[in-house]
Amino acid sequence: MSERAQLLLPIADDELVLGWRNSEWTGIAPFLEEDVAFSSIVQNEIGHARALYQLVADELGTTADALAFDRSPDEYQCSRFVELRLVPDWARTIARHWLYEEADEKRLEALKASDDPEVAGLAAKIDREEAYHRMHAQMWNERLAEEPRYLEALEELRPLVDGRGDHTREFAALWEEMTMVRRSVAGATW
Amino acid sequence: MIVYEVFRQERKGQAFAHAGSVGAPDAAFAEAYAREQYGRRGESVALWVVPREAVAEIHEFVDELQKNYHRVDGYPLKEKLKEARERAGTAPPADR
Repeated sequence: MSERAQLLLPIADDELVLGWRNSEWTGIAPFLEEDVAFSSIVQNEIGHARALYQLVADELGTTADALAFDRSPDEYQCSRFVELRLVPDWARTIARHWLYEEADEKRLEALKASDDPEVAGLAAKIDREEAYHRMHAQMWNERLAEEPRYLEALEELRPLVDGRGDHTREFAALWEEMTMVRRSVAGATW
Repeated sequence: MIVYEVFRQERKGQAFAHAGSVGAPDAAFAEAYAREQYGRRGESVALWVVPREAVAEIHEFVDELQKNYHRVDGYPLKEKLKEARERAGTAPPADR
């Protein structure tokens, strides 16, 4: 596997799986405006995953869809942190959102300084969208700053942020659902 | 929850038009929600986000004496002219 693939696949997998998890709030977020905003952030994350997969796919001679949906579960390199199924716990969802955006900001800074101009360029583009995700996470972080359930969630989740290696138990079901269409119709595109 | 009214400008230089409203706990949330609902598809170049309470609403417009010459649609000269002509027994001048 190329250097670029090694660098970008864990990030793309994080964005895809977190996007998938957070999309589980669509239709049931605490109130309507938040539902729209959170779902929109989700679409952005999956868009970032798509763009990152595309850069890797160009180099490996495959497609973004094949990377996103045709790999076996043990080939995914996302962190255990993004795999956790947190619906219907909003405090933990926001705690993960805040911790992820903080970590993602540092990761993007490093990518923007990459010697690979395509990687640096994409990172800069992604970062301009992430600025709004960070604003959103920041707002909630301030809003819930005194809320014990939120503080507990931060404490619980903070150590897990970059835990990679084995998958969580709940990842199996997510993978089943996420890859279902491509497994039933090989090469399906839409 | 506070209701914020959102106005959007479609192109630079155009007038802002009412787009809709968002419910939010404070101004920062309102800004974020307005951005998502009225700005993320490239449909606006600028938004105004205003608490509904800050909007002065006026419903009553007194015009007891029917002073229609104050109205923007103007003084209905055509009707008056027609009446005057009828009184004088003259026909309107032929079309040029």
